[in-house]
Amino acid sequence: MNNPLYQHPGFYLATAAFLLAAGVYGILRRRTLIGMLISGELIFSAASLNLMAFNRFKAPDPAVGQIFVLFIMGLAAAEVAIALSIIIAVYRNYRTVKTHELSELNG
Amino acid sequence: MKFPAAELIASAFFIICLLTTGVGALIAVFTTRIIRSVCGLAITCFGLAGLYYFLTSPFLALMEILIYVGAVCVTIVFAVMLSEPDEPPREESRGTVVVWAGVALLASGAIFFGLWQLSLTAGWNQPVQRVSQGTVQDLGVSLLTTYSMPFEVISLALLVAILGAIAIARTGRTKP
Repeated sequence: MNNPLYQHPGFYLATAAFLLAAGVYGILRRRTLIGMLISGELIFSAASLNLMAFNRFKAPDPAVGQIFVLFIMGLAAAEVAIALSIIIAVYRNYRTVKTHELSELNG
Repeated sequence: MKFPAAELIASAFFIICLLTTGVGALIAVFTTRIIRSVCGLAITCFGLAGLYYFLTSPFLALMEILIYVGAVCVTIVFAVMLSEPDEPPREESRGTVVVWAGVALLASGAIFFGLWQLSLTAGWNQPVQRVSQGTVQDLGVSLLTTYSMPFEVISLALLVAILGAIAIARTGRTKP
């Protein structure tokens, strides 16, 4: 076997597609803010994995994609911090994080 | 001397990483209790770290575990402790639930099928010529020369995000 499994970019790309699909399904189906946030993290991971696969197999300079994914991780951490603080503020004011009951606009 | 059946063992680990990622994503999406969903996200991140290792970037594999499992999942667990985020029982009728679940499954299934077809059938020919190897040393040099500006900007963004998080989460406390 001159070309083992982990040298095929298709497997990485298919996994990234699966993560993206799972994240989209979660965002459509979850009815709490934290569940939607977790699905969003799955989509972030899908994007990172896609970038890393192309970085490994197609890019002339493999450092670029790694740096880009590092920046994605930093931005995802910042986004999670902000989103969770917003969720906690919403919970303090409404006593719920269910998206069905957060239908009031004139807070 | 080469270890016997080294490629076979590596392929088995690769398949384990793929399965870990997929099963973790399924757990994160389909469970009712949010705390199990967070655990699914953590499992996905472990699998992703293995995949990054196979993509010849062990530094990013460590960062994935450190940032996602160590920071993001723990922060989400804190938020789970401070609120009651479990999925409520459905109020709609059974038919509506099935219809909307079908629509969501159809949308995500279409996305997955399209990308899967594209990624498995497109001929990814062999890579172009490399100008660097992508080692940790290359990463550090690039971060301090070519990408020093985004590096500083992202540190500023993190600072602003932390300050904003404190400011937003603090305001509710003073209210009666």
